[in-house]
Amino acid sequence: MKRYSVFAIAREALRYHEGWERAWRAPQPKSAYDVVIVGAGGHGLATAYYLGKNFGITNVAVIEKGWLGGGNTGRNTTIIRSNYLQDPSAAIYEKARSLYETLSQDLNYNVMFSPRGLLMLAQTHHEVRGYLRTVHANTLQGVATEWIEPAKVKELVPIINIDGPRYPVLGALYQARGGTARHDAVAWGYARACSDMGMDIIQQCEVTGVRSEGGQVTGVETTRGAIACKKLGIVVAGHSGQVAEMAGFRLPVEAVALQALVSEPIKPCMDVVVMANTVHGYMSQSDKGEMVIGGGTDGFNNFTQRGSFQHIEETLRALIETFPIISRLKMLRQWGGIVDMTGDRSPIISKTPLGNCFINCGWGTGGFKAIPGSGWAMAELMAKGHSPLAADFGMERFREGRFIDESVAAGVAH
Amino acid sequence: MLTLTCPYCGVKAEETELAPGGEAHLKRFGPGSTDDEYESYMFARKNPKGVHFERWRHAYGCGKWFLAARCTATLEVFGTYPAQSKEPPAELIAAIKAKRPGWEGYK
Ligand SMILES: Cc1cc2nc3c(=O)[nH]c(=O)nc-3n(C[C@H](O)[C@H](O)[C@H](O)COP(=O)(O)OP(=O)(O)OC[C@H]3O[C@@H](n4cnc5c(N)ncnc54)[C@H](O)[C@@H]3O)c2cc1C
Ligand SMILES: [Zn+2]
Repeated sequence: MKRYSVFAIAREALRYHEGWERAWRAPQPKSAYDVVIVGAGGHGLATAYYLGKNFGITNVAVIEKGWLGGGNTGRNTTIIRSNYLQDPSAAIYEKARSLYETLSQDLNYNVMFSPRGLLMLAQTHHEVRGYLRTVHANTLQGVATEWIEPAKVKELVPIINIDGPRYPVLGALYQARGGTARHDAVAWGYARACSDMGMDIIQQCEVTGVRSEGGQVTGVETTRGAIACKKLGIVVAGHSGQVAEMAGFRLPVEAVALQALVSEPIKPCMDVVVMANTVHGYMSQSDKGEMVIGGGTDGFNNFTQRGSFQHIEETLRALIETFPIISRLKMLRQWGGIVDMTGDRSPIISKTPLGNCFINCGWGTGGFKAIPGSGWAMAELMAKGHSPLAADFGMERFREGRFIDESVAAGVAH
Repeated sequence: MLTLTCPYCGVKAEETELAPGGEAHLKRFGPGSTDDEYESYMFARKNPKGVHFERWRHAYGCGKWFLAARCTATLEVFGTYPAQSKEPPAELIAAIKAKRPGWEGYK
């Protein structure tokens, strides 16, 4: 692989950009691999990457039914933060956030990580208490967050209306090193690095069955033939239930649609990320100038990757009071993704009833921020059979009543 | 937008008038049940990509709970029926089978 650098740009500028290579190969599937990962979203690709980088396991295939990054990874609003309440969550999300800091250098691919600062607005007294508690918890966990007063919020976000009659801003939980990254670039960067290590990323290939023998997976059936493997990782987000069923076990996961929308591009007006959990809305401004807005989920099972208009209305109606400036904006595009929600709204990184089969799912509405940490932990779990970061996220926690209760902590999670 | 007909008051209600209530026909397990039964009652859900049976409430109408058969992959609604039903009515099953020949049936 030729490295990207300022010299490469200069070199190519002098020869009509004809020397750029394809970022990753498009190989035919082999008949067998040491490890097969199902799903080339951020989490699947990151798992493959850290299997290679941290454990030297490179005889790996990542199998994707569509195109890589075409699932939720390419549909999310890219908020990155680690200000969670519970210790296991803070640990894995902070690991991920800290890996994001140097991910561009690590992958030699610009993922445009932008630690521009993130505010979670407190708009009810209940939230004030909740976020103060989170700040204390984060202090103990070594995650840098602080509580800021309304005047400071206004200073950081000049377009905000802090004394809205219905949703006044009473302060905010502020994580200065939270922010955003370019979603596609995260998937592409990992894919390029995996391909460079000799791994096969096989797109347009759907896994249709899981073969097992005596409680061990022996391989998968795909639309491009059977592929044998010694270990299998299932990392398919919204379709986790379907693939788990192929492997013969059930998950405490339900699929629902989550949607987002962007406005027409405008001049820079907000250089932080703002989340308003009371009204289920969150917003940031992209580098192109669009206001990127995320809303709530549908309350019912849904695999259609569409949104619904009443949720857009609900989100915008509430955000307009806090950000009066957006009332005149035209909205350009709206889309949905199928997110995998667990019973306690925390992810699953786990062994399964099949000995050599592992699953990573349940990131629901908030897994983009976790991609590097999740891949790191999943790779360790698959390579060594145990990972400290993943230990609390095993799916036996539902049976044992050992929930990682973050939905209460955050109201809405993403 | 999803539209369901309330089997009690006959009103065609759209999503904002209704409250979703999750999977229908769950068998409840309480004290005296095994850990497996209790876990699966609490958390394991069918979550099918296709025909699904659900609980809904006509929240901003008559306020009653009812059940609906719906396709989660297309949002097509096959029908609604009263909450007192132990399992989906035979006519509804037949109607779904006619529309979805590959469907494995109600389990
Ligand atoms: C609108 C929206 C906004 C969001 N906003 C945020 C946010 O601001 N911050 C944040 O942290 N998170 C956010 N999220 C959540 C985040 O996008 C997801 O948690 C994360 O991207 C999940 O990544 P993944 O790799 O697990 O799944 P995906 O990216 O969905 O990848 C799974 C892949 O598996 C493939 N697959 C499925 N079945 C099969 C099969 N049988 N065979 C082969 N391949 C298969 C799919 O095609 C898909 O590409 C948001 C999500 C949505 C929908
Ligand atoms: Zn009614």
